[in-house]
Amino acid sequence: MINRLIVLLFVPALAVLLQAAGDLPAVGDGTSPAFTHVSPYYLERAHDETGAPNFVTAVLADYRGYDTFGELTVILTAGLACLLILGTRDDPPAPQNRDRS
Amino acid sequence: MRSTFGSPVLDAATRLLVPFMWLFAAYVLIHGHDSPGGGFQAGVILAASLILLRLVRGQGSRPNLSSRDAVTCACAGPLLYGGIGVASLLSGGNFLDYGVLPLPMDPVQVRVIGTLGIEAGVMVGVTGVLVLIFDVLAPWDDGTV
Repeated sequence: MINRLIVLLFVPALAVLLQAAGDLPAVGDGTSPAFTHVSPYYLERAHDETGAPNFVTAVLADYRGYDTFGELTVILTAGLACLLILGTRDDPPAPQNRDRS
Repeated sequence: MRSTFGSPVLDAATRLLVPFMWLFAAYVLIHGHDSPGGGFQAGVILAASLILLRLVRGQGSRPNLSSRDAVTCACAGPLLYGGIGVASLLSGGNFLDYGVLPLPMDPVQVRVIGTLGIEAGVMVGVTGVLVLIFDVLAPWDDGTV
């Protein structure tokens, strides 16, 4: 029953995605939206505005600094989640008490 | 000091490798401004060296991060990043617009220093989180973490 439901949901979704994939711009197409909005601005102005010869750094750390801050927060959250889930297993109590006292 | 699966060969190889890994992490961090690299990559290299030390020489070996210090590093990284953002906010710019920081240099040079600062925050945070994840996954006999 549940498998049939998954197939019924999955096949139409796959059909929609495949249909939409045909409309994606070709790889390397210079007129696609990804290359026509902010990319020319970055390429023309990044060196003068940020002084970074490496435009990846200029975008990552400067124009999209807020985004990188979010990435770092995601990594911190993942680490803290690991600590909360795995770090609470039953420790042998005796050595811990001896260390703290 | 508990030797996990150490041997004289592993110990000597580790002693030889780790200083160069630290040097390479510093290079990737600082030169990330001009070439591929940056805080994330430098943090991963630094964490790999610390985890190598843990594997070969045991958790209590020095120099290494303790688990508690790893948590502190993991939290200090985003704090440094956000601190630079708030400092530029207090200096009259937008959040993370660190070109306005009051340093006695060219505005472009101030931007370079600011970029290095936030990349260093990224490196400290990534190092702390990776060492922390290794420590909670690896069961140590002394029950730390």
